[in-house]
Amino acid sequence: MRYEAPSTTREASALLANAKGKAVVLAGGTDLLARLKSGDIEPDLVVDIKRIDTTQSIKRMASGFRIGASVPCVEIGRSAALKRAWPGVVEAAQLIGSDQIQGRCTIAGNLCNASPAADSVPALIAAGAKASVVGTAGRRTVAVEKITTGPGKTSLGKDEIVESINLPKRPPRTGDAYLRFTPRTEMDIAVVGAGVCLTLNGKGEVSKARVVLGAVAPTAVIVADAANAIIGSRLEDSALAEMAAACEAACNPIDDMRGTIEFRTDVSGVLAKRAAKIAYQRAGGK
Amino acid sequence: MSAVQVSTTVNGDAIDFVCQPTETLLDVLRNRLGLIGSKEGCGTGDCGACSVTVDGQLVCSCLVLGAEAEGRKIGTVEGLADGDKLHPLQKQFIDNAALQCGVCTPGFLVAAKALLDRNPNPTEQEIRYALAGNLCRCTGYDKIVRAVNAAARDVRKQQARKKR
Ligand SMILES: Cc1cc2nc3c(=O)[nH]c(=O)nc-3n(C[C@H](O)[C@H](O)[C@H](O)COP(=O)(O)OP(=O)(O)OC[C@H]3O[C@@H](n4cnc5c(N)ncnc54)[C@H](O)[C@@H]3O)c2cc1C
Ligand code: FES
Ligand code: FES
Repeated sequence: MRYEAPSTTREASALLANAKGKAVVLAGGTDLLARLKSGDIEPDLVVDIKRIDTTQSIKRMASGFRIGASVPCVEIGRSAALKRAWPGVVEAAQLIGSDQIQGRCTIAGNLCNASPAADSVPALIAAGAKASVVGTAGRRTVAVEKITTGPGKTSLGKDEIVESINLPKRPPRTGDAYLRFTPRTEMDIAVVGAGVCLTLNGKGEVSKARVVLGAVAPTAVIVADAANAIIGSRLEDSALAEMAAACEAACNPIDDMRGTIEFRTDVSGVLAKRAAKIAYQRAGGK
Repeated sequence: MSAVQVSTTVNGDAIDFVCQPTETLLDVLRNRLGLIGSKEGCGTGDCGACSVTVDGQLVCSCLVLGAEAEGRKIGTVEGLADGDKLHPLQKQFIDNAALQCGVCTPGFLVAAKALLDRNPNPTEQEIRYALAGNLCRCTGYDKIVRAVNAAARDVRKQQARKKR
């Protein structure tokens, strides 16, 4: 195995493109190193992207936020501006692992690792985040939901790197939230995760919504029927019940020691309701 | 496999080493630099026995490659004491009997120091959250939490004395 730590994304993607055998990107390494150690993957080349300037910071721009792909989640938690704009995304990023893991893990790595239970992903999708992807052919911007295609699988080419995750400017009267269920409060993997982002009209009715579930299907799922169930409502009980039913219908979970199919399905509706209420409040709804 | 040459700083000392690209920072510390305070409990980021700081940030050294240490500042449990003078955390771990087999202790000390550096007056809940990434199979955690709480008091006293 060869280790390279280039200083530009262009060099990094050239290294990946020209690699003989298997080449992998290294960000925080909190997924990758365990897989290296277990022999689950045996790459010929590891390209560390943490020395690339453009991946190292959180930038606030007129169009929103640009979170560099090697910014560890602990720094996302320290960004007051980001917390004010997208508290759901920040909370989701901060749920990942312990303080030790927070010091390394990145949201781009969380996305590209393509675990169905990745905590930041439903929150990012709900907020309308986009990935800025660089390859030998240039740059493209892709909606976050287009990156993961199945457990451990992404739509990225061999030479492609996510350089940053971009969040839009928060629209007026908009709020987001992410909640997960885990048997243990800390250091556990989501049994179900629910991300919700809502926009209200001047009358306090939901005018736009996005409801995204994690850990209940091979990838995070955008539940359009759940969003439609609350659009036009002020989250009255009947609308919330309809939303929960739509979430349950969208679940296609696994059965394992941490949660049965029945449990995961049921909890998806409960969490989506709770997350929607938080998002509604954050959007200024009463 | 092509070896990697690395220049880094460990506990304030400039250090050069050569390692294989697959070696973790924990492997390097223990097997090449003779710093065996950091322990390997799991090798997968779950137990925290390998906790060190990289540029002041608490991390699991089992999840960092040795090669990644280039140009960084590494802090290990060996850097906690000031010569023969134990850090308040070390002293309180002894006084409170916050260890039995001791395998988890270096990791707890490094993680607790990272907490106190950022928050010298943590609540019990804050202590428990900050140490959630460290596992102990022996003590039941209670004495560890008490030791950290007592050390926090000592650290605050030290800081107050320095100000005067
Ligand atoms: C103890 C422990 C607890 C954990 N708890 C949680 C948790 O609660 N919730 C959760 O969701 N996850 C959890 N994880 C998993 C992991 O920490 C996260 O998925 C993390 O966000 C991964 O980020 P990373 O930067 O460390 O990724 P890495 O390990 O560096 O990379 C992960 C994968 O993505 C690829 N990759 C990384 N960055 C890029 C990029 N910019 N472009 C293209 N490909 C890229 C890598 O090649 C690799 O395949 C935990 C892990 C551990 C060890
Ligand atoms: S050995 Fe690193 S966390 Fe257990
Ligand atoms: S004292 Fe034995 S594991 Fe903690």
